[in-house]
Amino acid sequence: MAAVSDDKPAAPPTTNLGTGARYGWWLGLIGHAIPWAIVVLFFYMAGGYLSLGTQVLIWILFALSLDLALGYAGIVTLGQAAFFGIGAYAAGLFAIHVSPDPILGHLAAIAVAALFGLITGAMILHTTGVTFLMLTLAIVSMLFEYANQARSLTGGDDGLQGMTVNPIFGVFEFNIFGETAYVYAAVVLFIWFLISWRIVHSPFGRSLDGIRQNTRRMRAIGTPVWWRLLAVYTLSAAMAGSAGALSAHATRFVGLSVLSLLTSGIVTVMLILGGTRRLYGAFVGAAVYYLVQDETARISPYFWELVVGLMLIATVLFLEGGLLDLGRVGQRLFWRLRRRTDGR
Amino acid sequence: MLSFAATILLDGISYGMVLFLISVGLTITMGLMRVVNLAHGSFAMIGGYTAGYLTQKGVNFYLAIAGAAVVAGALGGLAELTVYRPLYRKGELSQVLLTIGIVFVATAVATEMFGAFPYPMVFPDYLSLPVSIGFRTYPAYRLFLIVVGAIIAAIMWYLIDNSLYGAKLRAAVDNSKIARCVGMNVNLLFTGTFIIGCALAGIGGAVGAGILSLEPSYALKYVVLFLVVVIVGGEGSFKGSFVAAMALGIIDTLGKYFVTQAAPYLLYAAVFVLLLWRPQGLMPSKAAG
Repeated sequence: MAAVSDDKPAAPPTTNLGTGARYGWWLGLIGHAIPWAIVVLFFYMAGGYLSLGTQVLIWILFALSLDLALGYAGIVTLGQAAFFGIGAYAAGLFAIHVSPDPILGHLAAIAVAALFGLITGAMILHTTGVTFLMLTLAIVSMLFEYANQARSLTGGDDGLQGMTVNPIFGVFEFNIFGETAYVYAAVVLFIWFLISWRIVHSPFGRSLDGIRQNTRRMRAIGTPVWWRLLAVYTLSAAMAGSAGALSAHATRFVGLSVLSLLTSGIVTVMLILGGTRRLYGAFVGAAVYYLVQDETARISPYFWELVVGLMLIATVLFLEGGLLDLGRVGQRLFWRLRRRTDGR
Repeated sequence: MLSFAATILLDGISYGMVLFLISVGLTITMGLMRVVNLAHGSFAMIGGYTAGYLTQKGVNFYLAIAGAAVVAGALGGLAELTVYRPLYRKGELSQVLLTIGIVFVATAVATEMFGAFPYPMVFPDYLSLPVSIGFRTYPAYRLFLIVVGAIIAAIMWYLIDNSLYGAKLRAAVDNSKIARCVGMNVNLLFTGTFIIGCALAGIGGAVGAGILSLEPSYALKYVVLFLVVVIVGGEGSFKGSFVAAMALGIIDTLGKYFVTQAAPYLLYAAVFVLLLWRPQGLMPSKAAG
């Protein structure tokens, strides 16, 4: 019970602890139920938009992976696309060359992405700031150029084609309506969400919070900072790789753009729009991003870039907690009003 | 053989000069003023498009370059006053995000105004011709780049390292509080410096349009290269970014001649290793430390 109310970062004002805890529990439960109810309802109501929904789920998972590294641990990276791309290419190549089984391929992709995260993390996590940022940029640019050149392996800028993916568990076939892909993505997202939720509320997650806030002090009280960062970086890489594998399986195609700097940029935009350190920020951000992109692209194919850019600028300047902060502002108003009525 | 080596060297240096011309502004905004400025490529792009548009309308080439500097500088100053100023106190993440936002906006606007395809720049006839340089003929345009780059490098070196303005700027960057206490107008100094940085990017984007072609993706495509020049050179170090730009130009040209297949990712691998070896860059400046 206490853990649930912990999840609400916007704890009501301390003067009203009794009602705060009572309502906090319910609010927490509702807060958890709404996003997943939407995920389930969308499946029945989407109609022709189901594959768009699958894409949103995949990007939610991708943004969630970034929330662990960037939001909680404060690792400012622009290289997250590297893990997404490696996961996607690993799943695609596994399906072509090893086995068309999606579960095996997915696990293989996660393992490859995690290993890559572990190795690169071990090499670069001792640096900070701009140097770290540049190192992540160098990694993702390096992979992009390599995938572009190694046509025999990756198909270059034509993308990786010709993969066959078997039915999941031999039963659920990937069809053109994308029902299997949607459920598959939703289940994978749910599993990763549970893992992330457990982690950020564990002592380990708390230590990440501390490292973000004051690395030097955490080191002083004996936290093995580098190891903690490496652990969360690897986990984040595994999750991003999983999202990449989902994307490869859902579309049976891997485009070169999964490794581009723009992919890193977009996932960061989503997370920031939704709000960091909320876990559900990724949900809001990815959904809003896709809505905006879909709506504005009808006006002009490049208009979405303008809108997203302006939204990003506005978020950084005026709404540092992201769109979910709008809720917090509202909640604060609600509690202020309640307190006033209680007082009377 | 020797003339072949000289050709590669000239190709590399002229390419390096373009990188230097554009990155020198970034050395100021990012290296000295400590803003992670991913939008720098956008200002170079703005300059390039301005000059391209003006030359297509028949305006004199050098006037067009001046126009590019003015437009890029003005927009840079406007951006500094409105969105960059709140950023100085914020962390790298906010700076990265906001400047990515600017890149998105610039890309969208450029596509709307000039189309998604490469935009041609009209160079004067005498720059399009090859000239004799003793052992062979060589494109006049590339020699022009080397001359312009050298002139700007000399001016910047004097301005930052030896003038009163440079001393003030370095002081304000080192400790803006004390600089304010001794009566310096730090805000004005930063705005002015930002304008200079963006104007230089505009000039670089305009004269370099023959090598880095103008297209809406310019803002994102080349910004990694500019960042590499600044970071590898050592933040805030003009000598460093000059050396880094030359090295990058020559290495890239060598790669194109000899290992066409591997060139781009070998370049990034080299940057990766170099930054692990020297996280502060080749020649870290004391002011930036």
